[in-house]
Amino acid sequence: MDVLLQQLINGLSLGGIYALIALGYTMVYGIIELINFAHGDVYTLGTFFSLAILTGIGVTGELHGFTLLGVIVLVVVASMLLCGITGVLIERLAYRRLRNAPRLAPLITAIGVSFILENVMQLWKGPSPIPLPEFFPNPSLQLGNVAISAKSVLVIAVAIGMMVALQLFIYNTKMGKAMRATAQDRDAAQLMGININTTIAVTFLIGSALAGAAGFVSGIYYGTTWFFNGFEAGLKAFTAAVLGGIGNVAGAMLGGFLIGLIEAIATQYIPSGAQWSNVVVFSVLVLVLVFRPSGLLGESLPEKV
Amino acid sequence: MLKGLGIAALGLLVLVYPLLDHNNAHVDFLTNAGAFILLALGLNIVVGFAGLLDLGYAAFFAIGSYSFALLSSQQFEIHIPFWVMLFLASAIAAIFGILLGAPTLRLRGDYLAIVTLGFGEIVPQTFLNLSQWTNGPNGISSLDQPSFFGRAFGFSATPYYYVIIALIAIAILLASNLQNSRLGRAWMAIREDELAARHMGVNTTTTKLAAFALGASFSGMAGCVYAAKLDLVSPDQFQFNVSVLVLSMLVLGGMGNIVGVIVGSFILSFINSFLLPQSTALAQSVGLHLDFTNYRFMLYGFILVAMMLFRPEGLIPSRQRKAEFKEAMKDPHLASQEQEEYEERPGLTV
Amino acid sequence: MTFFKLTDVRKAFGGLVAVNDLSFEIVPGSIVAMIGPNGAGKSTVFNLITGIYTPTNGRIELEGQTINGLRTDKVTALGIARTFQNIRLFAFMSALDNVMTGRHSRMHCQLFESLLHTPRQRKEEKIVRERARELLRFVDLERDADNYARNLPYGHQRRLEIARALASDPKLLLLDEPAAGMNPKEKEDLIKLIRRIRDTGVTVFLIEHDMNLVMNVSERVTVLDHGEKICEGLPVEVRNDERVIEAYLGRAEGAA
Repeated sequence: MDVLLQQLINGLSLGGIYALIALGYTMVYGIIELINFAHGDVYTLGTFFSLAILTGIGVTGELHGFTLLGVIVLVVVASMLLCGITGVLIERLAYRRLRNAPRLAPLITAIGVSFILENVMQLWKGPSPIPLPEFFPNPSLQLGNVAISAKSVLVIAVAIGMMVALQLFIYNTKMGKAMRATAQDRDAAQLMGININTTIAVTFLIGSALAGAAGFVSGIYYGTTWFFNGFEAGLKAFTAAVLGGIGNVAGAMLGGFLIGLIEAIATQYIPSGAQWSNVVVFSVLVLVLVFRPSGLLGESLPEKV
Repeated sequence: MLKGLGIAALGLLVLVYPLLDHNNAHVDFLTNAGAFILLALGLNIVVGFAGLLDLGYAAFFAIGSYSFALLSSQQFEIHIPFWVMLFLASAIAAIFGILLGAPTLRLRGDYLAIVTLGFGEIVPQTFLNLSQWTNGPNGISSLDQPSFFGRAFGFSATPYYYVIIALIAIAILLASNLQNSRLGRAWMAIREDELAARHMGVNTTTTKLAAFALGASFSGMAGCVYAAKLDLVSPDQFQFNVSVLVLSMLVLGGMGNIVGVIVGSFILSFINSFLLPQSTALAQSVGLHLDFTNYRFMLYGFILVAMMLFRPEGLIPSRQRKAEFKEAMKDPHLASQEQEEYEERPGLTV
Repeated sequence: MTFFKLTDVRKAFGGLVAVNDLSFEIVPGSIVAMIGPNGAGKSTVFNLITGIYTPTNGRIELEGQTINGLRTDKVTALGIARTFQNIRLFAFMSALDNVMTGRHSRMHCQLFESLLHTPRQRKEEKIVRERARELLRFVDLERDADNYARNLPYGHQRRLEIARALASDPKLLLLDEPAAGMNPKEKEDLIKLIRRIRDTGVTVFLIEHDMNLVMNVSERVTVLDHGEKICEGLPVEVRNDERVIEAYLGRAEGAA
């Protein structure tokens, strides 16, 4: 029982990271129906940027108090900003021209961008995993035999916080409304005077920034990073977005946490679980797409209308 | 007339090459390139003819290779002859083509791609995990050596070279036959407008599965030869980058066009196995500490992006694909015909 | 046994009832039309017939065989072909290839023969190609045989779609607004074409908005409004029916 609870905590932490990445997938897919293959790599870039900044300002050991707070804010904001800009650049350079192309084209392009990013990161920090400075104090709250670490709390808090902020943004701001309109019907939105290019760019900006945040908390939680992280994490986060209902922000969050839980439980309870957890998650993807493609929170389309 | 002579000359050169060039490394390179040409021809059926974007194609390559490794080696003391395995591996791969293709039948293009990618991950991961049968990460080696009328193939690449050439010739014939047939038209119809295709009497289920099965069968065959030649199979030979490499060959050469696909495949093999290592050797010989092979994936990435942006129909396009891409970029509503009037967009909701 | 019959066919999408207890019959060898204001459910009826939708209730029968619930390709094989309101040609296939594809359900060669181009396959291809040319001649598109469907002028595209539908040797041909976007001359030619089609033994069932065309070419007209049949009969009967006029023009009360 304790083991189960512990795995639930682990799963939620894992899930929080997936949720943040999934938000980016779901937003981009909702607005231009593109699976942004490179999104997982932007997430890894977030960790890389975080690492670079931390080393740049000379962080080596544990920090406390206001220094800790200051460093966190600095790194998170910088990472989100840099990743956001990266996302906007990718959209502008690689995807924009293909907005009206047959759907195969932007998907193939996205794969190309993903490869480029991965290679760049490999050249930047090498082919092996790299550690990040352990600056985040990690006391644990002990509830019997179950430990809730501060890092877990950080991940989950950041994930939920970001989602709430995003929801508020989409529903209460003019740009948010523009995004929703563009997602519904691009031509009509344009006729209403909405600048499609800007709207889409902002979508990428926010989505990629969230991936940057995910990269940051991931760096703290795992303590290491690797140029190839994004591939697997990206696929799982995409699964999460689909599971929750593609295009649905709350769905991405729900899906993210669910996938995290599924992975944690599979790892624990299937013999040699760690090896099979990937297979389990991908099987979830296949099952959802075949049997309920609209996901958990998406509208179930009973028939083609 | 001139074209016929040119092809005949090329064919002759291909046939006698190992007799002219005794450098085994060269023949080995050509054999590997040949295996990838076979893979590309197979994927061309799935992606180029039927329009099904398969991102997990390496899975069938793996299945072909592992079939040989498991049924023609010391692993289980089963020793099915190589020539039989060629067909058996191909058939096994075809069956898996159907199994893995079946769940994707009702999915839209991009979802189909992701599901196939998922399978492309699941298959090698499964081979890795079932280590009591597959030796896990170490893979299986000491595979049976093929022999031809009693003469063992030995360590030279030349016999494998001829096997691959023969298989490629057969593949070209079969693929071009398919293109100009009832099935080929059915694939094209599905690619253009699946709903209308059904109204033509096309059973989209069996037609798509046929594409998966045939594509996979080429891959299985290639896998069998590759494993026999390398005398080793291991899971890391069949990762996502292999699937993407083959796809890049199609994108570069020209999806749907058999000649284009062969050319694209050869160019990428050449860059991969020749140009990059040789450039590195050259650079290092003049004192530059550069290893161009480290830029391999960036190169694939740039090729994919650049091709899609500037010449999506490929270097040697099929007339049709060229027209499709050009027209779609001009008229957004044509491209979105994929999205039937009957579907709802996901939109963006909270 | 009736040639073609709808019995109490009902189609609901969630709360919206698109077709409500529709029943009618078609006599073989006739030309019949279905009219009604926009949104009346006419295309939905076609979609129900060809298997895009399954009726919530009711039965659709062709020569005594129930066909609702069958897969679209099966419906085509049984002898019902159609054209679409928003032309759904295979844009990047030639006109000839489009028509040859239309013959898919009547061809016998399977995978194996396609792979090997057996003599039987080559013979069948030749026959099908000939038949396709014949059909193009029938709709007067012979010269466009090798052009991409996309490049054909609009009127030609509509005729091509009809040729493609005829390629499956249908017993019943559904034409969904075949005259849309045509000029008067083209519409005249269309009327002649429809009659020629009927003369080859194919029953024609069309949806149309052009009243003159409908009155001119159909033997029997069914009128739909809000998914329900409000009138049925000879063209001249239907044209003068009060309910029909009302449906199209709105209530006559206070019409000054």
